[in-house]
Amino acid sequence: MKLNLSPNIDQPDDFYEKLIAMQRDLSDDEVQLVNAKLILILANHIGDRAVLEEAMAVATS
Amino acid sequence: MLNTYTYPEFEYIQSREQREGVVARHPVVIVGAGPIGLTAALDCAFRGIPVVVLDDNNTVSIGSRAVCYAKRSLEVWDRLGVAAPMVGRGISWKVGKVFFKEKLAYQFDLLPEEDHKMPAMINLQQYYLEEFLVDKCHASRNVDLRWKHRLLSLAQKEDHVVLTVETPDGVFRMAADWVIACDGANSDTRAMVGGEFSGQFFQDRFLIADVVMKSDFPTERWFWFDPVFHKNQSTLLHKQADDVWRIDFQLGWDADPEEAKKPENVIPLVRQMLGEEAEFELEWVSVYQFACRRMDRFRYGRVLFAGDAAHQVSPFGARGANTGVQDIDNLAWKLKLVLDGSAPEALLDSYCEERVFAADDNLKNSTRSTDFITPKSKGSRFFRDAVLELAEKHAFARPLVNSGRLSTPTPYVHSSLNTADEAAFDSAIAPGTNCPDAPVTVEGREGWFLNQIGSGFVLLVFGEDPGVSAVRCGDIEARVLVVGRDLQDSRGLLAARYDGQDGTTYLLRPDQYAAARWRRFDEDKIRAALARATCQG
Repeated sequence: MKLNLSPNIDQPDDFYEKLIAMQRDLSDDEVQLVNAKLILILANHIGDRAVLEEAMAVATS
Repeated sequence: MLNTYTYPEFEYIQSREQREGVVARHPVVIVGAGPIGLTAALDCAFRGIPVVVLDDNNTVSIGSRAVCYAKRSLEVWDRLGVAAPMVGRGISWKVGKVFFKEKLAYQFDLLPEEDHKMPAMINLQQYYLEEFLVDKCHASRNVDLRWKHRLLSLAQKEDHVVLTVETPDGVFRMAADWVIACDGANSDTRAMVGGEFSGQFFQDRFLIADVVMKSDFPTERWFWFDPVFHKNQSTLLHKQADDVWRIDFQLGWDADPEEAKKPENVIPLVRQMLGEEAEFELEWVSVYQFACRRMDRFRYGRVLFAGDAAHQVSPFGARGANTGVQDIDNLAWKLKLVLDGSAPEALLDSYCEERVFAADDNLKNSTRSTDFITPKSKGSRFFRDAVLELAEKHAFARPLVNSGRLSTPTPYVHSSLNTADEAAFDSAIAPGTNCPDAPVTVEGREGWFLNQIGSGFVLLVFGEDPGVSAVRCGDIEARVLVVGRDLQDSRGLLAARYDGQDGTTYLLRPDQYAAARWRRFDEDKIRAALARATCQG
């Protein structure tokens, strides 16, 4: 497995706070659109198809 | 509605065999005189096979229908001597713009490689295309076009097919060694052989309109996702000949097709799109629902299926007619060798093998486009909209925008007719791939490489003259074409595209696909590859 599932985010509480703050003033539909954009941006940054497919499998398992 | 085009009415002529009541035997009977049936007739004629074409109507396509013709189809028609009027009348384009809501999301350029005889893509109303094909068929001694001839039934015998045909003069029977069924998505011939045709129907409908207008819209492909003039749907605009513009409006599943195509409903839609000042007239309107499906196999005994009769794709990417033309390109030379007794019938099974592979590639691509254009769930709609919004500012999202991936030939990479490479090549023309064109000089005159291939197998040799004019395997001959002797690669583009070094040899099939390639001219290896490419031994 190439996907890193060990803790890898520095200051996790800070990150989580920002993730929640990003959607605070948005409607449900706006949140879905922003989340979709975020997934696409991160997926492109990762680039590696094997990692992306592993992540999809983990997310849906 | 306006008419920029006068539909020809072809004459019904009672055949001698019907008049005399004698069952005549024909090598090939083609069912359907649409673009694929007519191309089949011309390709058979090109290869010296006399053909009879049956069509239940007596005119050309009503409305613009297929519209987009890609380079490979034009190359096939050029081989058959009929591409020039199509390219002359057609509209060439290469820039596409994609809009999301009121904004330009991004634009692309097909960036066709320079120095090919044929353009990347032309737009042309299907009736013009068919008219040019019919004219060429009428001029051919080998083509017997029979209008108002409807196939009622067929019976497969050991070595032939008996066809029962109805004309204005009644019912008669005829026999054929082989039948090519090109009678479209609702093929009756398919039902007659009990052919299986399965796949996916899409719960969506499209309104297509031919609109006549003088406009300064550029000659580009414009595609709108969720435009302000047609909320939550998509729209496509294409220029055609004679100031006729083709507009495709997505309607959604709930629309009533009969209501939608009434002029009083179409005109306001077009007006919203073009603006209040626009002056236009409707020429033709139709509504369609599409499916992605294919037959389980394209050969049922002595009946061979091609075009929409064999496989149906969504319209995004111009994969319908273009794929059908390539079916015929693949089939006609094989049928000729089998009819001549030079190759076994197994060669026709390779038609099924190669073209089913191509059909699946087309189905996959058009299904993906459909899923992007008409998202099937709320979640996929969010992803689609996210891609379109990101594409405006960020390059990374643009390759994800899918408003139709335009048709290019599918290489037969796994074909049983291929001989695998033994050496490395810096060229994409692996066995099973169609040959790219290049400018060449022949006897001091400028010409094109694809026009030098002719009707049989060819050995394209770079460097030293191997000293033989042909290599044979059984009855089948591959003619040697030496670069520097038979044609001059005056600009070096042939060598560049084929990675042609001293000794490089390609075995090219009669449909201009590579079957094998080597770094040395070796007669034994060539003979073995020729045997393999023709199912001998």
